[in-house]
Amino acid sequence: MMTRSEQNQPAMEQYLDAEGEVMKNLPSWTFNTETLIDYYQSMVVARCGDQKAVALQRTGKMGTYPSCLGQEAISTVCAALLKKDDVLIPYYRDLPGLMKRGIPLSDVLLYWGGDERGSASDAWGKDLPNCVPIATQAGHAAGIATAIKIRHEAGEPMQVALCALGDGATSKGDFGEALNLAGTWQLPVVYIINNNQWAISVPRKIQSGAPTLCQKGNAAGLPSFQVDGNDVIALHEVISEAIERARQGKGATVIEAITYRLCDHTTADDASRYRNSSELEEAWQKEPVKRLRQFLHHRGLWDEQKEQALKAEADRVIEASVKNYLNTPLPKIEDLFDYHYANMPAQLVQQKEEALLRHQMRQGGAAHE
Amino acid sequence: MSKDLTMVEAVNLAMDHAMAADPNVVLLGEDIGVNGGVFRATQGLRDKYGLKRVIDTPLAETLIAGISVGMAAQGLKPVAEIQFMGFIFPAMEQLICHAARMRNRTRGRLSCPLVLRAPFGGGIHAPEHHSESTEALFAHIPGLRVVIPSSPVRAYGLLRAAINEPDPVIFLEPKRIYRASKKAIDENSEPLPLDTCFTLKVGQDVTLVSWGASINETMEAASLLEGHGISAEVIDVATIKPLDMETILASVRKTGRCVIVHEACRSFGVGAEISAGLMERAFDDLKSPVERVTGFDTTMPYYRMEDHYLPHTDDIVRASIKTLAN
Repeated sequence: MMTRSEQNQPAMEQYLDAEGEVMKNLPSWTFNTETLIDYYQSMVVARCGDQKAVALQRTGKMGTYPSCLGQEAISTVCAALLKKDDVLIPYYRDLPGLMKRGIPLSDVLLYWGGDERGSASDAWGKDLPNCVPIATQAGHAAGIATAIKIRHEAGEPMQVALCALGDGATSKGDFGEALNLAGTWQLPVVYIINNNQWAISVPRKIQSGAPTLCQKGNAAGLPSFQVDGNDVIALHEVISEAIERARQGKGATVIEAITYRLCDHTTADDASRYRNSSELEEAWQKEPVKRLRQFLHHRGLWDEQKEQALKAEADRVIEASVKNYLNTPLPKIEDLFDYHYANMPAQLVQQKEEALLRHQMRQGGAAHE
Repeated sequence: MSKDLTMVEAVNLAMDHAMAADPNVVLLGEDIGVNGGVFRATQGLRDKYGLKRVIDTPLAETLIAGISVGMAAQGLKPVAEIQFMGFIFPAMEQLICHAARMRNRTRGRLSCPLVLRAPFGGGIHAPEHHSESTEALFAHIPGLRVVIPSSPVRAYGLLRAAINEPDPVIFLEPKRIYRASKKAIDENSEPLPLDTCFTLKVGQDVTLVSWGASINETMEAASLLEGHGISAEVIDVATIKPLDMETILASVRKTGRCVIVHEACRSFGVGAEISAGLMERAFDDLKSPVERVTGFDTTMPYYRMEDHYLPHTDDIVRASIKTLAN
């Protein structure tokens, strides 16, 4: 018999094992193969885009970048299941989801290339930009869900807010405060924890003594689930159910998606300082892209020819985006000032003139002419 | 039609009128619903506008600021109350990293039209952590506005303007004068400008610059100075950021002397910014060094000692006379 303290550990939802073999009866939506193929294609394109971003950093053409290598499934499925007027509150490792939302890769590259205009285009809709201070977006998501609920008309389906975070974020008070509110107010929000086992150099086991991270949601009265974050079928099941709950006005859900960060924390990090290679090799065996490819292969839905065609298409899309990014003209000096206030204070008007003059002087302009 | 109102009643009326005028205005905070706020600033508004627009939050200041950012980014106009300024610090990360930057970091795609109200300042024998004046911390942050009323009329007009403003405003209410006096406020009052100092008394010999509750002592000092044959001009800064240096400069160019009065501690304070502005732009007009009459660079004392910390009328009179010695 289990002791009291051993009870209530949720089982991780999983349909495909590491080899892409089916572990239990598949849900009926998978019989329509379009969705699974779309997931696969999106993940491959995102991975190519991600690896291109790393290459741009390595060749001095872009700044520090946090790769999403190994986590493509979570971000892709989340974004695919949202409707256009739902709101995505991403964390900074969500390139696949941003692309799935229709945000051009060139925007994302522009952002990591040090340019605020990367978060500015209409393609972003009302989605929030990348969030760098850890877990602060948890509150924004609760606020967005509150706004949705305030404006909601009875009888209509609700818009949904979906907030992504990492395992480290679950240690912050912001996360706890946001879950507490989401439970109290039954907010239409889904929190998805990308548990990639590492918060820079701190492994999951010394991040929290809680057996699962999702159970922090239980304390807030929220249904909370653990799912294999490298299994698109399990992700689709758990996330779509959570989104539907929110849409029907039944409140928030916390999902912990178990995955692994196959890359360094960012391009400025060297994970070999704190992580042993055997763990990494083992994690590569479970990664999501290979798993889905093998599943599709087994079903006769994918072959080498399709793979080559997809890679070629990915390269084409990515090259066009990279070209777009690299050809983006530098921002104007005025941009430094023009977006702080709708009504610019006198001090900033004056400092803007000063900045332009400084620039002129540095270029050997006014003073020397 | 006009009504005689205290400052806290004027704050209430401003929110009432703003909510009537714009369905996007939503109030949130701790104990602001049934209880009407610990100072009663939101009294009656829940009954009038309902649970969806006057929202009691859990006791979590980081969250209050965080959800306000999220609500504002979707087009609502949250007016959040932090119960006392001493509890505002968990909200700082959200204000600095998000509220103040949202417009800039999305190049105007999203914005953050929120108002964070907080009662502040000493002099009411409050518990520990309830009496600080930390307006300078906020004034230092690009993207924020910081506003401090000193009378019921200005509380009404400035709060209406703060709620109309498309960017985040920190609205600090000097609780020592919440109920100090009643002033007639017209039902059809207009918002006041958020980038302008108010000249409360015209004078020729010395400019007294202050804001918030200290305006009371400053006005008292000005009338005592009249008895000494000294004509003092009194300026209520009102909007700390962006600072209307032009009004202060025009006055000091005329009088040649300036005394700055604030409750907050002296070093790196708003007074230092005003003084620097005078040095930069009115150096030749100054007949004597700028004086600062302020709180000390100590922890805001618990209430048995607060009287020793707060600037008094006679301190302002003495500093003014000192500037006249030159």
